[in-house]
Amino acid sequence: MAAPVTLRPRADALAAPLPPLLARAERLASTVAHGAHGRRRPGAGDEFWQFRHAMPGDPARSIDWRRSARSDATFVREMEWETSQAVTIWVDRSASMDFAEGGRAPKADRAALLGLACAILLIRGGERVALAPGEGRGPPPAAGRARLDRIAADLAGPGAGGDRGGDHGGDYEGDYGRAPQTPPPPNTRALWLSDFLGPVEPALAAMRRAADAGVRGVLCQVLDPAEEALPYEGRTVFESMGGRLRHETRKADALRGEYRGRLAERRAALRDACRRTGWVWTRHATDGSAAAALGGLYHALEGGGR
Amino acid sequence: MTLGPVAFLAPFLLLALVVLPILWLVLRAVPPAPVRRRFPGVALLLGLQDEEAAADRTPWWLLLLRTLALGAVIVGLAGPVLNPREGAGGTGPLLIVADASWGSAPDWAARQARVEAALEEAARDGRPVSVAALTAPPVEARFSPAEGALAALPGLEPAPFAPDYAAFAIPEGTAGTLWISDGLDHPGRAELLARLEAFGPVEVAEAAGIPPSLGPPRPEGGEVALEVHRPSGGPAQVARVIARGPDPAGAVRVLAQGEAAFEAGATRAEALLEMPSELLARVQRFEVGGVRSAGAVQLADDGLRRREIAVLGPGADEALVLLSPSHYLREALAPVADLIEGDLGAVIPANPDAIVLADAGRVPEAAALEAWVRGGGTLIRFAGPRMAASEVGVGEDDPLLPVRLRAGGRTVGGAMSWGEPKALRPFDPEGPFAGLDVPEEVRVSAQVVAEPGPDLAERTIAALEDGTPLVTAAPLGEGRVVLFHVTANAEWSGLPLSGLFVRMLDRLALGAGGGREGAGGLEGTVLVPEVLLDAYGAARDAGERAGVAGEAVAEALASGPGAALPPGLYAGEDRAVAVNVIGTEAAEAGPAAFEWPRAPGPLVVDEEMPLGGWLLVAALALLALDALLSMWLAGRLRLRRGAVAAALLPLALALAPGGADAQDAAPGGGPATATPGEEAPFDAEDIQAASDVTLAYVVTGDPAVDEISEAGLLGLSRTLAARTSVEPRRPAGVVPGEDELGFYPLLYWPVTADQPTPGATATEALNRYLRGGGMIVFDTRDAGFRGGGTTAEGRALQRIAAGLDVPPLERLPEDHVLGRAFYLLQDYPGRFNGRDVWVEAAPPGAERIEGMPFRNLNDNVTPVLIGGNDWAAAWAVTDAGRPMLQVGRGPAGERQREIALRFGVNLVMHVLSGNYKSDQVHVPALLDRLGN
Repeated sequence: MAAPVTLRPRADALAAPLPPLLARAERLASTVAHGAHGRRRPGAGDEFWQFRHAMPGDPARSIDWRRSARSDATFVREMEWETSQAVTIWVDRSASMDFAEGGRAPKADRAALLGLACAILLIRGGERVALAPGEGRGPPPAAGRARLDRIAADLAGPGAGGDRGGDHGGDYEGDYGRAPQTPPPPNTRALWLSDFLGPVEPALAAMRRAADAGVRGVLCQVLDPAEEALPYEGRTVFESMGGRLRHETRKADALRGEYRGRLAERRAALRDACRRTGWVWTRHATDGSAAAALGGLYHALEGGGR
Repeated sequence: MTLGPVAFLAPFLLLALVVLPILWLVLRAVPPAPVRRRFPGVALLLGLQDEEAAADRTPWWLLLLRTLALGAVIVGLAGPVLNPREGAGGTGPLLIVADASWGSAPDWAARQARVEAALEEAARDGRPVSVAALTAPPVEARFSPAEGALAALPGLEPAPFAPDYAAFAIPEGTAGTLWISDGLDHPGRAELLARLEAFGPVEVAEAAGIPPSLGPPRPEGGEVALEVHRPSGGPAQVARVIARGPDPAGAVRVLAQGEAAFEAGATRAEALLEMPSELLARVQRFEVGGVRSAGAVQLADDGLRRREIAVLGPGADEALVLLSPSHYLREALAPVADLIEGDLGAVIPANPDAIVLADAGRVPEAAALEAWVRGGGTLIRFAGPRMAASEVGVGEDDPLLPVRLRAGGRTVGGAMSWGEPKALRPFDPEGPFAGLDVPEEVRVSAQVVAEPGPDLAERTIAALEDGTPLVTAAPLGEGRVVLFHVTANAEWSGLPLSGLFVRMLDRLALGAGGGREGAGGLEGTVLVPEVLLDAYGAARDAGERAGVAGEAVAEALASGPGAALPPGLYAGEDRAVAVNVIGTEAAEAGPAAFEWPRAPGPLVVDEEMPLGGWLLVAALALLALDALLSMWLAGRLRLRRGAVAAALLPLALALAPGGADAQDAAPGGGPATATPGEEAPFDAEDIQAASDVTLAYVVTGDPAVDEISEAGLLGLSRTLAARTSVEPRRPAGVVPGEDELGFYPLLYWPVTADQPTPGATATEALNRYLRGGGMIVFDTRDAGFRGGGTTAEGRALQRIAAGLDVPPLERLPEDHVLGRAFYLLQDYPGRFNGRDVWVEAAPPGAERIEGMPFRNLNDNVTPVLIGGNDWAAAWAVTDAGRPMLQVGRGPAGERQREIALRFGVNLVMHVLSGNYKSDQVHVPALLDRLGN
């Protein structure tokens, strides 16, 4: 008889993060103007596009009698042609994304928020969306509110939809996220949200593989401002979030220049790869506006589809 | 080991200071511990090299801080002591002798503290002690444990006379002496010093200066000269000499003030007090302002009393009384002298100071009169038609006239004569009328004229413009004879109509009887002490002390008072004699400072203060600071600048207790004083106080006392609110002179011993408050401890109230309206139940009417109420309403608290409703009238 007693708290605990994240994501999504997504031509869809004179060969079922009754001619109601796209979203949820400094939210939080908001926008636009796992093939992209809830649950749950520090074979990669190794279904879109601070080669390889499969997408590097500035001083031992990497320095401030140089190099490499594969490169700092980032991401996804 | 004022108990520990440089080197080599920091960007940092190869060193200031902390620990453990007391040295019985004389009185508390310190030290060392006041040498001094002497120390009191060195027997076994000296050269001091030194070392403690003393008053015309002595010399300085006496209403006031300006180094200065004889007659005492010593007080006696003057004129008709010469004389002399009327035969035995004869020809009882003058009397005669007609003194030497007279006399400016009436010539600056202004309008038209003679010039003390003598005087035996060559009425001259006449008579009357002061005539009489001075210069009723022989008084007048005959006012049959500390002999010599063979030690010895604890605390604080700084240095403490300041602020405050106290020094709870330049002089507090009844207490500066005062008034306020329609606000604390007092109906003033005397502004504010109908309740809170003598609080009260317009007081009479203003009360207890509660005295005429329970008393609210029952302590409640302090024991104590509260209610009712209850005596009359 213990089941009902424990089930409820567990269910509550499970559901608890969901509405806030979803609500925040919905609120964030509402800031993006809709309407840029229609195909702008007649076709199969739910939205009204235009009336035209009925032509021979049109099925009688398609005649809009209400319109036709107002004149002598008969009219056919044409709907806008809406094609749905499939988008796979990868949100890096490794340990390094848990980093936060100065009272800001962790990077993982912001990445999940952005990912979910994009998913909301896409699903509202009729696209099919799936959350890409780090390993293996995830569920195929799907549309509808149910999928959105699933995505939200996965993003809110601990490590449910992402990879969490699997062993990548290197001596330090476990702390960092790993881009999806299995390419998404062909001719779909991809949105990858990560800090891309881990080993860069596997990420680039995964991207190339996806591009080979005809997938185009968006890379978004989410960083905490502290990771861009290295605002530390004095004698410091730096450790990766999982504690697998260590670096000791006597003067942390002296390393600042070199660190920034390496970060710029990393970004240049990613941006280069994106340019070559036709992906879009964006970056986002957690002290920036999430709405602006979302707009950028959404338009990048949209633009990629044209 | 001693370094300046600091000594070390364990100086060898200071050797550890040598390790400090080593510590420096060690600490320098150890870098601060690293911070561990989680940082995803570490992947990008891998392989980066630090630029500097050198070890990261601890910054020098952190090293310095740590070194200082360790140094403080070492020095602190070495036991430093500030102002270490040099052991008086020696073992064995210690003799402590004190010159408990009038010269010690002003700083007696410091002397007692010195003795106390010496006794405590002796107690630590286990030395037996004997404490002796040299003014009252013990019959048999003996040594006893110091603890017992400490308990008896409060009984050591100064006496108002010089020490009796010769009578002091040094107890057997004395091994060392501490002599608390007053610094004055009392006779026999050197001999006693020699005697004491025979027994062991003598340590002398002496105050830095000797208090000033006051010589006897010397009336000189309209002024009184007093000499102020300061034996120890010093820089230029002004001493204020004050004459006190009753005003016409009977309240003792300052009658006159003068200043004695000392030049630098001078030991004497003279003060001149402008005092007409009418004022002089009322003086009770002269004193040096601000010096609480019997030596600075001169009691006034008959030397200054009103003269008795007999006025004898020709008999006049009732109708012509305004023209009678004696009428002018009476009017002129009445303010300055007591007049005696009668014929000569009756007057001479009464022995007045002067006899005034107006227009007498042949004196009937010339022989008796002459004998009286020769015995020291002053005869003042006025000329007139009768004298001129009797041709007395013409061509013969009449002993009762100062000069020979010419026959006839002289008339100028009349209808039958040439010339104008003559005016007066200015007075001789050496003569008795020196300095008097001659009014222009005085004209002499007729006079008797002196026969020129060899001694006429020197006998003339006033003359007309043309040199004709107007007033002549000649000595006769011990007395003298004065003749006005005009009438005492306005017949011959305008002199009796002018103010000059009064002043001339005043001068002559003051000069009369001058030879009768002093010791003369005391032999064989018995004098009874009326008022005695204590060493502090306060006068006290002598009570039922036995009379003393006149010879002893005469001796004391010359050589100064002693234990058998303390200074004071001694009354004989027909005169009162003041025996003052500074007698005539002492005044001539002037009190001198004693020259010690070796310089005496200071009276005030700095308190010994161990510093070890403070240093260790400082070390702890430094280490705490070091911890904070290390964290900050290592990056663990990432604070903005403001936050650092906020963190360091408490530390800084803790290290600077003076700074924190400075804020507390502002009178707590008192209304904020308006800053200058502000538009409205009253702040919100004042407006609040004015809109509701607010009880107030005077802030004494003693936090414990002030707390009780506030709590007491709070308790009283709550009782009032509960039982009466008076609903006061929370009580307020006020500082007279700073806060406006006018809003408070009642000021409760607990008197503490060390309370400062209110300054001029404060005194003025308080007097304004009293005049405006305010009431001050002085509470000395000593009714439980008073044992006959005056307590320190009592003296403080005298000091504080000296400047206030306090009316004559009486002990709270049974039928005072305070006993029935709200409750019917017989007792007025506080925490103590003393009977001594004083209020303004009832007017002298008040008498109880038969059948009435109360007298029909004054309409006033008593402006002061003085007592020592510690009322506030009985009223005091906590905020929660519980009594703060225990009163008495058990139910009786609670009953006493209740009565105390009822007294408080009555007090406030009395203040607020005034004579309302007193007026109830009229109720029967009112009812009677209504009935008709």
